[in-house]
Amino acid sequence: MNLQFVTFGRPRRLPPVKDMIDEDFTKSLLTKHSHLSQRESIDWLTVECAPGELLSLVQSMRDIEGFEILIDLTAIDHGEGEDCRFSTVIHLYSLVHRGYLRIHSLCSDNDKPTMPSVSSIYPAANWHERETFDMFGICFTDHPNLKRILMWDEYPYFPLRKDFPLAGIDTPLPADDVVEVTQASVEPAPMMGGPFVSSNSGTMSDSEPRAKDESWTEKKEKPL
Amino acid sequence: MQITPSDVAYNGKVEGDVIVTRADSVINWIRQHSVWPMPMGLACCAIELMASAASRYDISRFGMEVMRFSPRQSDCMIVAGTVTYKMAEVVRRIYDQMGDPKWVVAMGACASTGGMYRSYAVMQGVDNIVPVDVYVSGCPPRPEALLDAMMKLQAKIGNESSVRNLRKTKAVAAG
Repeated sequence: MNLQFVTFGRPRRLPPVKDMIDEDFTKSLLTKHSHLSQRESIDWLTVECAPGELLSLVQSMRDIEGFEILIDLTAIDHGEGEDCRFSTVIHLYSLVHRGYLRIHSLCSDNDKPTMPSVSSIYPAANWHERETFDMFGICFTDHPNLKRILMWDEYPYFPLRKDFPLAGIDTPLPADDVVEVTQASVEPAPMMGGPFVSSNSGTMSDSEPRAKDESWTEKKEKPL
Repeated sequence: MQITPSDVAYNGKVEGDVIVTRADSVINWIRQHSVWPMPMGLACCAIELMASAASRYDISRFGMEVMRFSPRQSDCMIVAGTVTYKMAEVVRRIYDQMGDPKWVVAMGACASTGGMYRSYAVMQGVDNIVPVDVYVSGCPPRPEALLDAMMKLQAKIGNESSVRNLRKTKAVAAG
């Protein structure tokens, strides 16, 4: 049997791929923005930016450096004992450089964490910031519509904070008439045989994901 | 014409045209073969629900293919998917808007018990807010499982005391 491979036209020639966010780029970026510092990262270039400089930095990243796309905007809760408990993380992507840039900013106030909103620069940030507000309680100043996006408006907690139990906390349902008929409310979920998580401490063999039995017993009481 | 009991018991002239039965049997027979489901599709179970309505599994073979997205036109809510606390209010409201008689099928693990979502956001079973007639296991259940559940529901409808329920409803409405 004869197999013939036929190609139509000339093969497409793509420019050679090289790492365009390299040391030169990093160096020139840090020289241009003297307030920036580089953060240790295992994959993409990560810079530390003060909240006050964030807007001007993001603006120049979009208009001058060619980072056209906002990929992600989220937050980190470093734990209750930390000096700076919350920080936000912005991922930008550049079609020119073919790479990502990560901008990390620490929120100064632990009780009422705030951060300037970048939704005037990247409209895509609008819902990301609402979600970050919903889950972590970080207020984005000058956001056009800062309200909850996943949980209902009256929900009193911020579920992705470290002090919030995964099972949830007793809360009334938002609709009074439905509650009157059904007597239903938000209750902590049963945790028998779960959750399936990895601990972030210990050797690798100990920290593999496994089922933590968090069922409620006489010794471990149901969360309030 | 005066109809005497013996006419109903046996009468050669109307034989074959008259069927003697109980009102419950007739009403239930009608109801169980014209179930109009309300597809409450909340997650991936809704895909299997669509599959059971499509040609390969064809729920219309059992007389319940008329899916209506209006609660006013449907009498069986198929809760297909994860009921979050935020959605629970909506599910209950739509249930309230359906006319009597009405039935609820909890399709899949999430609608029945919360499933794998042991979480702060998910209601642990839709039976917290609406009375469920049939639970379907599976994550998601295959269309055959849903068809089986709907046939079980038909059997359940067939055993209801419809006339008594009707009087009860009237009394409530009058009172």
